[in-house]
Amino acid sequence: MAEPVIRIADLHKAYDTPAGPFPVLKEVNLEVQPGEFVAIMGPSGSGKSTFMNILGCLDRPTSGRYELDGKSVAAMSKDETARLRNQTLGFVFQGFNLLPRMSLEDNVALPLVYSQVEKPIRRERARELLARVGLEKYASSLPNRISGGQQQRVAIARALVNKPRLILADEPTGNLDSHTSEEIMALFNELNQEGITIVLVTHEADVAQHAQRQVRFLDGRIVRDEPTHPLETIPC
Amino acid sequence: MLRWMLHEAWSAMGANRLRTLLTMLGMVIGVGAVVLMMAVGQGAQYAVAQSINSMGSNLFVVLSGFTNTGGVRSGSGGGPTLTVRDANAIAELDNIEASAPVHMGTAQVIYGPNNWNTSIIGTTPDYLAVRAWNVVEGSPFTASDLRSATRVTLIGKTTAQNLFGDENPVGKTLRIKQSPFVVLGVLAPKGQSLDGRDQDDTLLIPLTTAQRQVFGTPFPGSVRMIMVQASRPEAMPQAEQAIIALLRQRHRLREGVDNDFFVRNLTAVADSAAETTRIMSLLLGAIASVSLLVGGIGIMNIMLVSVTERTREIGIRMAIGAREQDILMQFLLEAILISVAGCLIGLLLGVGGAVLANRLTNTPVMISGSTVLVAFSVAAGIGIFFGYYPARKAARLDPIEALRYQ
Repeated sequence: MAEPVIRIADLHKAYDTPAGPFPVLKEVNLEVQPGEFVAIMGPSGSGKSTFMNILGCLDRPTSGRYELDGKSVAAMSKDETARLRNQTLGFVFQGFNLLPRMSLEDNVALPLVYSQVEKPIRRERARELLARVGLEKYASSLPNRISGGQQQRVAIARALVNKPRLILADEPTGNLDSHTSEEIMALFNELNQEGITIVLVTHEADVAQHAQRQVRFLDGRIVRDEPTHPLETIPC
Repeated sequence: MLRWMLHEAWSAMGANRLRTLLTMLGMVIGVGAVVLMMAVGQGAQYAVAQSINSMGSNLFVVLSGFTNTGGVRSGSGGGPTLTVRDANAIAELDNIEASAPVHMGTAQVIYGPNNWNTSIIGTTPDYLAVRAWNVVEGSPFTASDLRSATRVTLIGKTTAQNLFGDENPVGKTLRIKQSPFVVLGVLAPKGQSLDGRDQDDTLLIPLTTAQRQVFGTPFPGSVRMIMVQASRPEAMPQAEQAIIALLRQRHRLREGVDNDFFVRNLTAVADSAAETTRIMSLLLGAIASVSLLVGGIGIMNIMLVSVTERTREIGIRMAIGAREQDILMQFLLEAILISVAGCLIGLLLGVGGAVLANRLTNTPVMISGSTVLVAFSVAAGIGIFFGYYPARKAARLDPIEALRYQ
């Protein structure tokens, strides 16, 4: 089997509080293979957001190993993790997080700016991805001119613009109605079929149904890690 | 990358136009004030330097001592203690460039239907060198004119205008106290002296002519005044000592006897005038700089607000791969852009104000390239200095916190 995209071993994370360290993640072990589609589930406070932040190289574990694409993240400088976020990862957020003053095209092209890509190529690539999510005709509009579902499509286009190996999505359908959610999840499935690894946090069972594998957190530990069963119902 | 960042900084500035303009206004006023004050200060310095230069540089005046006739003292320059030979001996000293004995007086001068009362300076050809005075038309008189006491004259601009009008005076004959004098040349205009006299209202004639034919003197060969030019400004103290020692020796003054002459350093007077204007312009500049400082603080203030407002945006940028230095540069560039734009406008207003002041009140102003350069680099420096802290604050934000910020 190929090198896993994510390999996490004995990962701990504790936050410093005035009352001493507060453990959020305990003994987490996880491997994600290329091309997998993993849904991370669990109630609020189970540590899944912290886990996603660590996966996204936005936060560092207190102890334990985290290898992304075969490289140990703990030893990296801030600039190196910024480079990872720019080129190896693509983020999709619950609140879309598009920059409100920029056109959709510029929003999609922004990661390319930080990897020193020339303007004509940025334009071309951004147009290409906007077309990919079906929004090329809005290229020069501002984000507030389009609907939430459309904004999330643009955010996905932005996440894809640097051809990442891994997409991290944090509650991508949390702000969308069920119909639009289905559309977005279909888009994720499409991308996954093209070979992009996806890790997605959700607490909605029907959203998690789109993934091949479901990982459930509870009190900072992984309590269940199994393939998705068709039509399985999971109490939340 | 830089072009993109400039574009971003520009659109960020455009997103809140009124705020950007008000922030800029601080810089505009600061730079405008500095430029205006520097222009006025340098103008004053220039004007003073001009009148100092017109006097001649590194100058001493040696005056003869006073006489005491039955208790009535004549005042300095009244006694016949200095001679032309003293002047020649002084010229031979080290550190002395030239010296010129002077016999001054006033007389009515006539040409055709015009007449004019002017000051007449009887002196030697070296006088022109000592006073750094040029002859613009015709030629100066020479040592042979001095020896034979010929009736020739050099005419100052003001006198020439009053006697000759538009005529060219060179070669014409005017009369001083009925004696005919041929005008050899016209002196370059010098303008006002430090004490406000018109230096161009004058005639220069050979010393011998002045003493023997125009004014007469009971002590032929003696003069009231010798002008001396030292070779270098730094040599002036030694030169002064040497002149005093030489004259005491020539006048056979024993130890303990007072000097029968006075040596005055004209440059010291000029220097203090120059120093006064220099301090004035420094002071003006310093006061104006305070407003520049206030403008800089305004930029810092607004940039801090802007960083707080855009915390979430910063988090998003970090999440998609902006490095700390990218965020730092973005905010720094914005601050620099605001301050440089403010500086440009301030520069225009300052220069405009200086020109206006010059037109309306005749204040001498001077705007040098260095003023512009200094103002510009100070503005960029202020942008960097006051923009750095907010920019660093933005760059150091924790991306998780920033993303969570509402």
